[in-house]
Amino acid sequence: MISGAEIMVKCLQEEGVRVVFGYPGAVICPFFDELYRTDIKAVLVRQEQNAAHSASGYARALSRVGVCVATSGPGALNLITGIATAYMDSIPLVCITGQVKSDVLGRDVFQEADITGACESFVKHSYLVKNTAELPRVFKEAFHIASTGRPGPVLIDVPVDIQQGTVEEFVYPERVNIIGYKPSVQGHPMQVKRALEMLKDSKRPIICAGGGVLTSGAKPKLREFSEVTGIPVISTMMGIGVMPSDDPLYVGMIGSHGVRAANLAIHNADLVILCGARVGDRAVASPDQVVERANVIHIDIDPAEIGKNMKTTVPIVGDMKNVLGQMLKAVDYTTPEEWTEQIKRWKEEYITVPQTFEGYVEPKSFIAKLSTMLRPKAIMAADVGQNQIWCSNNYRIRDGRFLTSGGMGTMGYSVPAAVGAKIARPSRDVVAVCGDGSFQMSMNELATIAQENLNIKIIVMRNTVLGMVHELQDIHYGSRYAVTELDTVPDFTEIAKAYGIDSAFASSNREAEEYAKSMLKSDKPFVLVCNVHPKTSSR
Amino acid sequence: MKYTLSVLVENHPGVLSKVSGLFSRRAFNIDSLAVGITEDPDISRMTIVAHGDEYVIEQLEKQLNKVIPVIKVRTYKEGEYISRELSLIKVSCPSKQRLDIMKISELMGARIVDVSVNTMTLQFADTLEAFETLIDLLKPYGIREIVRTGTVAIEKDSAISRK
Repeated sequence: MISGAEIMVKCLQEEGVRVVFGYPGAVICPFFDELYRTDIKAVLVRQEQNAAHSASGYARALSRVGVCVATSGPGALNLITGIATAYMDSIPLVCITGQVKSDVLGRDVFQEADITGACESFVKHSYLVKNTAELPRVFKEAFHIASTGRPGPVLIDVPVDIQQGTVEEFVYPERVNIIGYKPSVQGHPMQVKRALEMLKDSKRPIICAGGGVLTSGAKPKLREFSEVTGIPVISTMMGIGVMPSDDPLYVGMIGSHGVRAANLAIHNADLVILCGARVGDRAVASPDQVVERANVIHIDIDPAEIGKNMKTTVPIVGDMKNVLGQMLKAVDYTTPEEWTEQIKRWKEEYITVPQTFEGYVEPKSFIAKLSTMLRPKAIMAADVGQNQIWCSNNYRIRDGRFLTSGGMGTMGYSVPAAVGAKIARPSRDVVAVCGDGSFQMSMNELATIAQENLNIKIIVMRNTVLGMVHELQDIHYGSRYAVTELDTVPDFTEIAKAYGIDSAFASSNREAEEYAKSMLKSDKPFVLVCNVHPKTSSR
Repeated sequence: MKYTLSVLVENHPGVLSKVSGLFSRRAFNIDSLAVGITEDPDISRMTIVAHGDEYVIEQLEKQLNKVIPVIKVRTYKEGEYISRELSLIKVSCPSKQRLDIMKISELMGARIVDVSVNTMTLQFADTLEAFETLIDLLKPYGIREIVRTGTVAIEKDSAISRK
């Protein structure tokens, strides 16, 4: 005989899961008790939302499914923001929640919440398990669904009696059979041909790369395609890292907070090749304007994204790696020099020199400097707000990853994401950059960092305001700073110290760079607080 | 523009809420949704009548296809399908009008399923257009209550074979 809880753990082992991020509670105890007896590592976060963010950081750093676990009711509810964040950024997660006993479901008992119902609109799929015997199939399907096609979070809600129930034996299904779920991974040859024909006539082509390129592992293929054809590359925020920032063919991030040259490029192109980008409103504010001048080839694994936000001339549904491979085989094209030269001129023309303030760190130049101090494969987790824009536009990425909550814009993402990334990739440099607003949303994770002794460097841009909204208030609300002033910013160095974590406070770029240099030499976590002037803009 | 979508789904609890939730979340407007088990007890069919422009319907189809337990989505074109809706209509009917209503009922192909001193209840299974005609005819007598199932539709083999 074998219990449901044991089956759940065996399923995780079958899927090669080595780490779960979670928080316990009464009705998930059977599962944690079984997990305790295995070599799967359970990382205790300090709030459930961070379990999902950590699993997300883990998943992105390792290109595997991240797993997070919470109890019923409040535990599961706290996961929600993390699940929705992963959904918006297409991160493969399996989220396991305990649930009250199945025979009292719907009676509003202690710590009961309809979590499958609550998460309906931002999970890729969800299960409420009603029978112990279903567990192996549900887990097999969940991992399959989370990691294939367009990845996303899958929720498995398991009532405590189902975890305690027993069945004769454990058999893990070898394959899944979901009749309604067969994602297309190969691009249709006709469409690929049409795309290449369209490219032939183009004088000003541009590749716009999104997160899908990274998810698919198509980075080398994209670079090859760009190099073979000479087509310049712009990226969305989620696509940062598709090319090294210093690659001559890379122009920069597009969007309302993007680089001028990149925006000019997309708005002047006659052909836009969208690669795994969903043309979100922050990336392209007015897709209709782009379409007026340009044909659009849209490559995406999710057919629903094609034509959703931007009118498409040639749609190609498939996995980016495969489609780019197909295109590379047949492509014969060289980008006209006038176009490449034009983009180069824009790049040079619009270099801005950031404003500095005495007694403060200038964050843009510091982030640029920091890039050169990190090893090439470093993982940078940027939070949400001005710090995110500073990082997006100034972090010179090489062969590493840039993790941020691009779709949902969830403050507090960077620190727990860095926790997951560091556990996934212990030998890499992992840095979290946040503001004093976002840091205060997840600084409780300093406890997790200390407990797991994770060598994570946290940089807090302390400007004593909620900078992004503050800036918005300057532009649209007559500088009336309604509820955006953080009047009592605590001494973060003291807070770090309380957790036994080293820390320093920098008031100039020279100081910040010196501290950064020494913190990167150490193998211990570090919190570097940078004093940033509240008037420092995101641009 | 009105569209009729025929959606095959796995017959599991929770599937209906996954599909109906999609409509509210993506701000799609639907006129009716009818669901029932098919010849295969593991599969249900939903017939959805929705309105919107081509973009909306294309999105609706694509988003429906993303729902994991959705097996197949078809949008029927005009003339490709037969659709019916079952309705029960309770009409005010003093005895002196009984014959009139019986005549209308006979003319339209409705069945009288209940008669009382002051009312008569008709059962009507036909197209939306026929339903509207019947309602127009009955209105002068005073309609007390209408209960409708929503449209169900099936592909018309004769039309397809003619192509």
